[in-house]
Amino acid sequence: MVRLARDGRSIPDPTPVTAPFFDAAKDGRMVLQTCPRDGPFFYPRARCPHCWGADWRWTDASGRGTVYSFTIDRLGHDPTQKALAPFVIAIVTLDEGPRAVAQIVDCPFDEVRTGMPVEAVFDLFQPADGAEPVPILRFRPR
Amino acid sequence: MGRRAAAIAGVSEWKPQRRWDEPLFGLDALARLGAELLDDSGLDKSDIDGFAIVGVPEAPVLAPSAVAEHLGLRSRFNERVDLGGATPAAMVWRAAAAIEMGVCQAVLVMCPAIPRPSQGRDGSRGRDGPGGREGPQEGPRTSSRPIYMGADAWGSPQAQFEVPAGLVGATPSYAMIARLYMDTYGLDEETLAKIAVESRYNAQANPDAIFHGRPITLEEVMASPMIADPLKLLEVVMPCFGGAAVLVVSAELAGRGRHRPALVTGFGEEMTHRSLTSMPDLLDSPISGAAARAFEMAGSTPAQMDTAQIYDCYTITVLRSLEDAGFCRRGEGGAFVREHDFRYDGDFPVNTNGGQLGFGQAGIAGGMTHVIEAVRQIQGRAGERQLRRCDKAFVNGNGGMMSEQVSLVLEGA
Repeated sequence: MVRLARDGRSIPDPTPVTAPFFDAAKDGRMVLQTCPRDGPFFYPRARCPHCWGADWRWTDASGRGTVYSFTIDRLGHDPTQKALAPFVIAIVTLDEGPRAVAQIVDCPFDEVRTGMPVEAVFDLFQPADGAEPVPILRFRPR
Repeated sequence: MGRRAAAIAGVSEWKPQRRWDEPLFGLDALARLGAELLDDSGLDKSDIDGFAIVGVPEAPVLAPSAVAEHLGLRSRFNERVDLGGATPAAMVWRAAAAIEMGVCQAVLVMCPAIPRPSQGRDGSRGRDGPGGREGPQEGPRTSSRPIYMGADAWGSPQAQFEVPAGLVGATPSYAMIARLYMDTYGLDEETLAKIAVESRYNAQANPDAIFHGRPITLEEVMASPMIADPLKLLEVVMPCFGGAAVLVVSAELAGRGRHRPALVTGFGEEMTHRSLTSMPDLLDSPISGAAARAFEMAGSTPAQMDTAQIYDCYTITVLRSLEDAGFCRRGEGGAFVREHDFRYDGDFPVNTNGGQLGFGQAGIAGGMTHVIEAVRQIQGRAGERQLRRCDKAFVNGNGGMMSEQVSLVLEGA
């Protein structure tokens, strides 16, 4: 089951492993785990996906990146976001190297391009279960 | 050359249907497919000593033993495979490898894709149509909604980092592959549309195809509604219900069968990711490794294939798969599609039964349609669409977001 916001859309349900990412995101900061051998990785996990080491550290990220590819989802394939469609989904290559997927905001659909420079923004959503607001990563043009 | 220890001796494929009205439990569906494989191959139940399945709705765990019991088998190879659309092709090579090792001699490879009978008193129909909440049964569901494909499980990376972004289902992911391809290599939308038109042409020579009697034009594809830019409705498979199965047996047993054996001479499997976001390069799928090993094992080359049966959940999947399988170089897929005629009477016949785009995608059985069409062509049983010559066929099975990749080379004995 996906966790739902009060407005009905799916929102992240952080785990002990991913909570530091979401805690920083609540303050508008993007953090990444960085492995001393293999560098930054994303999404958060207990061990580096390259060397499987556990001696990574949370590091501040620039939040900047470029659009690797994107699509305009006309239907809203997520049943909880059908009413919000159309929206732009993009895979963004962060300046630090890893990729993240998020919606593109503050940009007309026909102006989104592959290679477009973007920056991370975090929007807070109130969970339906009444808990603390939860941040969702988005990107906007920079 | 290549491996010659195992062959496909028989097939069964149910006509895909938008609605499935007959109440049929998964276990009974497997028994029906098994009986049809014996009828088609001319082999005997006493020959069977193995099977491969996806899952059984009536036995969410310990499914294989439930199958052995229900079908009255004393079975030595009891395999369950979880590789999305690549599952059927993956089952075929697992069976062939087990046969070559001497583990077993005749393996039922079975993929029913039907709704679970309703618990209502009359039991007269499945609960919902395809794409509805129930969708085709593909084994135990861990998710409340099939479109999440389990990505909504607690702790799943997708639930936290992808579903909230809207990256759900497969269409937006394949659309992003198409977008990057277009921007990298200058592909135009008409070239992708041509793949859909030719698949539909082939479906006109297949009375079982869901789109039999409904050809389409390039203009119709281009004018169909945008689903996820740049993919349009007529570039997306139609989900439906059905079922498909093949019988993989030792070459010796296949020689006693009714049809020309389709030897499994080469195979390869590879994967790197589940989600598109984690795919190392959107324009370089694990097909490149899977297909290279399949061709090497078979001792043959793409140019030697009489047909290619390519998993085609979307038009872009066909173009990208042909590149990574080595039928053309990366970036030349657009030119390859424009310069070749994929129709069964064309110079490079691809998905001669209509593919999933023309035949319909019956859930997990969708990946089997490519295997079965290759076998039919090799066995000379393809009817109106029969190729004049078909001794070697390439099959690719693709799962998830170009994630799970299985390539097969099949050759007539």
